[in-house]
Amino acid sequence: MNHSLPSLTHLAGKPFWRRPATSQVFLAGIASLGAMAAQAETITVATVNNNDMIIMQGLTQEFEKAHPDITLDWVVLEENVLRQRMTTDIATQGGQFDVMTIGTYEVPIWGERGWLEPLENLPEEYQVDDLIKPVRDGLSHEDTLYALPFYAESSMMYYRKDLFEQAGIEVPEQPTWEQVRGWAEQLNDPDNDMAGICLRGKPGWGENMAFLSTLVNTYGGRWFDMDWNPEINSEAWKEAISFYVDLMQNYGPPGATSNGFNENLALFSRGNCAIWVDATSAAGRLYDANASEVAEQLGFAPAPVAETPKGSHWLWSWSLAIPASSEHKEAAQTFITWATSQDYVKLVGETKGWTSVPPGTRESTYENPAYQEAAPFASFVLDAIRNADPNDSTLEPNPYVGVQFVAIPEFQAIGTQVGQMIAAALAGDMPVEQALDQVQGATERNMKRAGYIK
Amino acid sequence: MNTTTTAKTAVAPAHVSIGDVARAQRWRKVGMALLGWAVALLIFFPIFWMIITGFKTETDAVADPTLIFSPTLESYAAVQGRADYLKFALNSVAVSFGSTLLALLIAIPSAYAMAFLPTKRTKGTLLWMLSTKMLPSVGVLVPIYLIFRDVGLLDTRTGLIIVYTLMNLPIVVWMLYTFFKDLPKDILEAGRMDGAGTLQEVWYLLLPLTLPGIASTGLLSVILSWNEAFWSLNLTTSNAAPLTAYIASFSSPEGLFWAKLSAASTMAIAPILIFGWLTQKQMVRGLTFGAVK
Repeated sequence: MNHSLPSLTHLAGKPFWRRPATSQVFLAGIASLGAMAAQAETITVATVNNNDMIIMQGLTQEFEKAHPDITLDWVVLEENVLRQRMTTDIATQGGQFDVMTIGTYEVPIWGERGWLEPLENLPEEYQVDDLIKPVRDGLSHEDTLYALPFYAESSMMYYRKDLFEQAGIEVPEQPTWEQVRGWAEQLNDPDNDMAGICLRGKPGWGENMAFLSTLVNTYGGRWFDMDWNPEINSEAWKEAISFYVDLMQNYGPPGATSNGFNENLALFSRGNCAIWVDATSAAGRLYDANASEVAEQLGFAPAPVAETPKGSHWLWSWSLAIPASSEHKEAAQTFITWATSQDYVKLVGETKGWTSVPPGTRESTYENPAYQEAAPFASFVLDAIRNADPNDSTLEPNPYVGVQFVAIPEFQAIGTQVGQMIAAALAGDMPVEQALDQVQGATERNMKRAGYIK
Repeated sequence: MNTTTTAKTAVAPAHVSIGDVARAQRWRKVGMALLGWAVALLIFFPIFWMIITGFKTETDAVADPTLIFSPTLESYAAVQGRADYLKFALNSVAVSFGSTLLALLIAIPSAYAMAFLPTKRTKGTLLWMLSTKMLPSVGVLVPIYLIFRDVGLLDTRTGLIIVYTLMNLPIVVWMLYTFFKDLPKDILEAGRMDGAGTLQEVWYLLLPLTLPGIASTGLLSVILSWNEAFWSLNLTTSNAAPLTAYIASFSSPEGLFWAKLSAASTMAIAPILIFGWLTQKQMVRGLTFGAVK
């Protein structure tokens, strides 16, 4: 689609003296010809600010020790800022970054446009087959891998074992949403700051819509039919969203429309929620007695289901990719294969503790007895990720990749708009049906304008 | 209605002693002072809250708001351990002062021309300059990014200085224009009678006489550049990244980060806060310049 861009770059702006890197090399070269040869290649890594990435940043020295010819330069930004920053750079072939931290949403889109370097010649010892299959599939476009997973997550249900025991509730192997509603009703106790259930309410395609897409999936709905017609006001959507709004209005915490992942994590770990359905990556933190008051009482279950188990839990991974505009592709590949290798997992486990290991990417991590012992939630996470198929996530077939999102460039805007309307319904500003009808119309217009439907 | 009011005011002085007037004035003073303090505290409160949050633990930072907690420096240690503050701070200083100097260099001659040698299009030019501020920055992000890529200005301080200069130029010209306009033309004319050329006129008469105005304009431009986040985040990666990029790196979608973010923000605003405090007199004098004269 945008294949003209790389060639444009070559034509437009590359006389050597105009590029700062080259001119620096040029000047430095005149000054000290000999010293240059020994100087290391610097690669710029753009990444998000979260625990796993901070650990990776902290291990920079280990990498540089093993590869003295490469130095790492970090650019850490908040997720939304980073996404905008990287999109600008990659769409204009700016070449400012050598490694980008991107999610399963971007990889197929950017891969298709030729913006990312295909990762076809990975070294034998990297053991690409050890990467968990759905994660690998999510980072591929037409069977070509475009990014290596740094960590992956699905979603599951957390609950308070102590409260459930007191109330005499037994959680079955696979809970249903109807059961969850009953439990939430039973345990809801607003006078003691205890919400029956906490769920995401903050609008955004990666916030409330990530969770709500899985809820719609399990109620048998989908975002688009095979001809890209939106189905946002279908029966399944109405049923799922009405269920959610009713559940949260009756048994949710106050002000739920401002609760995203972080806010719910804080609520649950302070003991203000009986049930929480969200990312598996929260398990490590909830289980850490230093950060959570409920570490001892933490129970796990698979994400609840309704009509179908398909798409009832999501799949997300933060992964490392090399933009096609990078001038240090080889060094960049050396780095990303190091940071996603079995050895890296071992290094983190041994130096930072096994609960800090980046989860969800390699089968071998889950076979490791040290990890199994440190992380009792490991098998749930592995099952959830293994059973999340980004290519087949809804009851009826759909044309898109993604469980809790649709991997098309238009989805960010569509998802956020739908999320805002549902938040309005949750706040009681309008009935669910009206909210869904409105966004159905808006999405139809969007899809027509983008040329998906006539 | 009218008559009663007039009657009352007319009658009042007869009953009011000098002591009463003094007391009333004192109360008014106290009242105004209280109001002033209230407004100042209201404006300062978010900054105050940020500063104390920086000394809390991450768990305290998200717990119910309280003023009683055991202060800790752990967030500052964490922040310092993860990024090189000095590098970012030096970039901020270089970029904000560099762009201010450049803007003043361009704006002083142009404001001079508009204030003392106006044509019938001067007003229009001034308004047009201001109108460029009305375009949302993001609208020109891609063209500027492409130009910067091609001339090698991405992630350079020079690039940021150019953008900030252009960004602040309309405001700087406008402010200088109003200060210059307030200066009686006779003074410059007297200079010209004594044989001063344009340069001498500007250097020996205009600049010294409007120095408070120029200083406060410069200060405003420094502060605006210091706080600018859109361009600095989008046009820099690591070499030229100023403190706004430093702050942005501590906000996080996952996990607790408020204490660290507050610590980073406190460190980011500290230099400009101290600078502002030291130059407060100049600022106030400049801002009230026209009225006092």
